Amino acid sequence: MSEHNIPYSRRLFIRHGVALASMATTIPHFIQNSALGMVAQLAGNPGGAGLPQDRILVVVQLGGGNDGLNTVIPFGMNEYYNARPTIGIPAPSGTAKGQTGVALMLDQKRGLGLNPSLRGLKSLYDDGKLAVLQGVGYPNPNRSHFTSMDIWQTANMGAKGNGWIGRYFDNTCNGTPIPDGSINIGATAPLALNGHIQKPISFVSPELFRWLGSEAHKSLDDPYQQINRAGILPQTAETSQAAFLMRTALDAQLSSVRIRSAVGKSPLTTWPQSEIAQQLRIVSALIRDGMPTRVYYVSQGGYDTHGGQLGSHGRQLQQVGDALAAFQNEMAAQQSEDRVVTMVFSEFGRRVRQNASGGTDHGTAAPMFVIGSKVKAGVHGDHPSLTDLDQGDLKFKQDFRGVYANILEDWLRAPSAKILGGTFAKTSIIKA
Amino acid sequence: MLENPLQPLPEKAFDYDAAVHLLNRAGFGGTPAQARGLADMGLHKAVDQLVKYESIAYESVTADLFDSDIMSPPTEEQRVSSQKARQSNDEEALAALQRERQRKQGLDRKQIAELQMWWIKRMIETPRPLEEKMTLFFHGHFTTGYRTIEDSFHMFQQNQLFRKFATGNFAQLAGRIIRDPAMLKYLDNDDNRKSNPNENLARELMELFTLGEGRGYTEADIKAGALALTGYTFQDDTFYFNKNNHDSSTKKILGKSGPFDGDGFLDVILARNECAEFIASKLFRFFINDSPRDFTKEQMAFILAMAKILRSSKYELKPVLDAVFSSAYFYSAANRGAIIKSPIQLTVQAVRSLRIPVRELSSLASATDLMGQNVFFPPNVKGWDGGRSWINTSTLFIRQNVLVYLLTGRKPDMYEWQAIDIPFDATHLLEHLRQPDGSVDMASGIEYLMRFTLGQSPAPLRLQEVMAFAKSRGERLDNNRIIAVLLLTTAMPEYQLC
Repeated sequence: MSEHNIPYSRRLFIRHGVALASMATTIPHFIQNSALGMVAQLAGNPGGAGLPQDRILVVVQLGGGNDGLNTVIPFGMNEYYNARPTIGIPAPSGTAKGQTGVALMLDQKRGLGLNPSLRGLKSLYDDGKLAVLQGVGYPNPNRSHFTSMDIWQTANMGAKGNGWIGRYFDNTCNGTPIPDGSINIGATAPLALNGHIQKPISFVSPELFRWLGSEAHKSLDDPYQQINRAGILPQTAETSQAAFLMRTALDAQLSSVRIRSAVGKSPLTTWPQSEIAQQLRIVSALIRDGMPTRVYYVSQGGYDTHGGQLGSHGRQLQQVGDALAAFQNEMAAQQSEDRVVTMVFSEFGRRVRQNASGGTDHGTAAPMFVIGSKVKAGVHGDHPSLTDLDQGDLKFKQDFRGVYANILEDWLRAPSAKILGGTFAKTSIIKA
Repeated sequence: MLENPLQPLPEKAFDYDAAVHLLNRAGFGGTPAQARGLADMGLHKAVDQLVKYESIAYESVTADLFDSDIMSPPTEEQRVSSQKARQSNDEEALAALQRERQRKQGLDRKQIAELQMWWIKRMIETPRPLEEKMTLFFHGHFTTGYRTIEDSFHMFQQNQLFRKFATGNFAQLAGRIIRDPAMLKYLDNDDNRKSNPNENLARELMELFTLGEGRGYTEADIKAGALALTGYTFQDDTFYFNKNNHDSSTKKILGKSGPFDGDGFLDVILARNECAEFIASKLFRFFINDSPRDFTKEQMAFILAMAKILRSSKYELKPVLDAVFSSAYFYSAANRGAIIKSPIQLTVQAVRSLRIPVRELSSLASATDLMGQNVFFPPNVKGWDGGRSWINTSTLFIRQNVLVYLLTGRKPDMYEWQAIDIPFDATHLLEHLRQPDGSVDMASGIEYLMRFTLGQSPAPLRLQEVMAFAKSRGERLDNNRIIAVLLLTTAMPEYQLC
C-alpha cells in the first residue's frame, strides 16, 4: 500500500484516532475540514478561520405564501378592517371575535401588532431579538408559487440560475466545496442552497443519514463499514472519479456518526412538539456540536390559505413562533446566541381584500422576520399603503435583495454585489 | 496519442466486459444474458443493434397518451365572463374562477407526476435503450422545466420531440426546438416582439444549446439573434409565427448579413466549427468520460474527430454515435468506470441489469428526485451539472439506500421501515455458473456478481472483504446470500461509476 493511501485507512483512524489522522499533511482538505472540526471540538478550542466560532445563518421558509397582513396586524389602519370584515384581527384594545383573540402589541404609535398566535415571536420582540421588516417584495411580482419561490431563492428576477446561498459559497470557497457547509433539514434540498460548486447536505432525520442495509441483516454492518471507511484503495489514481467517491464515502461515515450522536443528545431547554420545532431542534444540536456548517435551512408548508383561514393560519403561526422562541432559548443556553441569525421569509404575501371563502388569494409584499441577539430589534421601514395598491395588492417598500445584501455583507461578510448580481438598497438590521 | 482517434476496436477485443460497458453507456445496462448475447454478436452488429434501433419493434408513443386540454387557454366565452367578474368585482364569481384555476393546476401536477413515472417505466422496459438515453441527453441539453411553464402536456410534447430526433439530425432538432411551445414559454420567446425584443432564447441558444459560453459571439450577435426570433410564439399546443411581431429587417449575426428569421439565425450558428465541437464535447461528457479536469490533449483530439463527423454528416447523430461506440478509445481502460452515474442511470440500470421487480414507480420517481435528478424539473436552464456535482455525503447515503430499497423491498418512511412484499429473485444472475447439481461455486459466483455489478473487476481488497463475509455466513450461495453480496457491492463507492 502506498504512503498516500494511509491517511484514509480505517486502521489509522482506529489506532491513532482522528486527531493524529487529521494532522497528516497528505490529507486533501476535502476531508481535512471536517476532521479538523472534530479536533477543535475535542480540544475545546474553536479557533481559526472556518471553525465553529464563525457566524451562522438559519433560514426558515414559510411555503405557500404567508398572509403578511394577518401576521403583522396594521390595526391602526381602518382600510385593513374594511378589506377584511370577517378575518381582520382586532386591535390589542379591541374585542376578541370567537377564539382568535386580539393582536399582541408591537408598536402603539405605528398601530402595529402581531397575530395573537405569535406569542413566541412577541417574547423575542420584548427581549430585543426580533427585527420586523415591513413590505418586503420585488418589482413586477409573480403570483405563481413556483416562480415566486424560485425568484426568492435565486435572487434572480427571471427565476433562473443557482441559489443565492449556493452562490455565496461558490464565491467564498476557493473552488472546492466546503464539507458540511450548508445543511437542509428536509427531503429535497432547496434551490437556494444549490451552487455551481457547493451542494447542500440534506436529510429528513439524522436516522436516515446513514446506510440502512444493516437493517436487512445486522451482519452486514461490519463489512459495510470496512468498505466505506477504507478510503482510497491502492492503484487508484488520486484525481480519478473513483478516488473522489472513496473520499466522499469516508467523509460520509464520519459525518453520519457525528451528526447522529450530536442530535442524540438531550437539548438544554424544553421544546414544543411540531415538525418545524423538530427541525430547529436538530439545527440547534448541530450548532452545539460545533459543526462547521454556515447555513442551515428549514421549512414549514401550509400557508396557502385560500379559505377559512383564521384557525388554520393561527395554528401554523403558533407552531413556527413557538419553535423560533425555543430555538433562540436553546441558543442562549448554549451560549451560541451571538453567532446565529435567523431569517424568516415566504414567497409572497396575500391579497389585501379577503375572498368570499374567508381566505385570501395570492398577493405580493409581506413582512420578513430576522431574529438574533446581534439583530437591531424593532420595526424597520413603513407599512405599505392599503389604498395605493397594484391590482389589489400591496406595493413593496423594500426589495428582498437589500435584506440579502445586508445579511451577506454585514453578517456573513461576503461581497453581496457579486453574489446578487447587483447592488440593492440595503437594510440595516445587523448590529455593528 | 492515437494516429486516428476514432480507430475501431479490433473485433476480437469485444468481449463480455466490453459488451457490459457498451450496454451501460449506450443504454441503461442489461442482464448477464443480454450482455452475453451482445458479446456473441460481435462489435459491429452489437453497435448496430443499439444505434440503429428502428428495426426493433416497440410500442410507439401517441399524442393521446396524456390529456392535452388540462391547461388549455380559456375560450372566448370564458375570457369574457372572467373579465366581467373582475370589472364588476363579483366576489362569488371571482372565487369560483380561482377555484377552477386551482383545480386545473392540481390536475396538471398530477399529470406531470404520471408523465415522470411513464418515462421512467419506458426507460426500464425499452428494447431501444439508446433512444431513451438520447432523449434524456436532450432533456438536459435543450433544458425546459415544468416549474416555469406549468403545462404538463407541453413537457410531454417536448419529450416526444426529443425521442423522435434522438439519433436523428441535430440541426433539424434545433429547428424544431425554436418552434417548441414548452421552450418558447420557458425562455420567454412568447414575449419576444419586434416592438419589445426579449433576448432570453437567443442568448441561451448560442450559450447553452449550440456554441457554448463565450465561444465567438458578442452581445450584438445576441441582440440581432433575438430580432430574428421575434414573432416565434405558440397558440395552445402548436407553434405560431406572428408575422406582425416579427422583425424582418436585415441583421448582422456572427459576421453574416441578411433578413434572418429563426431558421436563418440557426443556419449561421450551425455553420460555425464551434457548434459541432460544443455538441461533440457534451456527447463526450455524457457517453465517454465526465472527469472534472480540462480536456487532455488526447480527449480533445477525440472530440475534434467527433466534431468532424458531425460536420461532414451535416449533424446526423447516427454516424458519430456509431464511431464512438465502435472506437478502441471508448473501450480503453481510462474510459471504463469514468462516469458518475446520474440518478436516473443508477436507478434504471440497477433495475434493468439485476432484473429487480418494480414495486412502485412513484418510489423510483421520488428516489431520483432525492438524489438530485427530478425529470421535467431541472434545477435551471443549464440542466444538470452532472459528474461530481451529483455526489456529496448526503446523496451518497441516499444512493446506497435506494439500492437497499430496490434489493430488499424495504424502504424507510421517515422513521419506520415499510416492507413491500414482492421478493427479488436474484438467482438468474448466476444461472450460467450453475453446476450439474444446481450449486454454484462460492468464490467464482461472488467474483462474477461483483464484476457484473460494478461493471469491472473488483479490487482485491473488496473481493476479500465480501468473500470473508459470505464464508462466515455459510457455504451456499442461495438467493438471500446473493442479495447480501449485492447489498455490499452496491454500497461500494465505485458502484456509483459506470
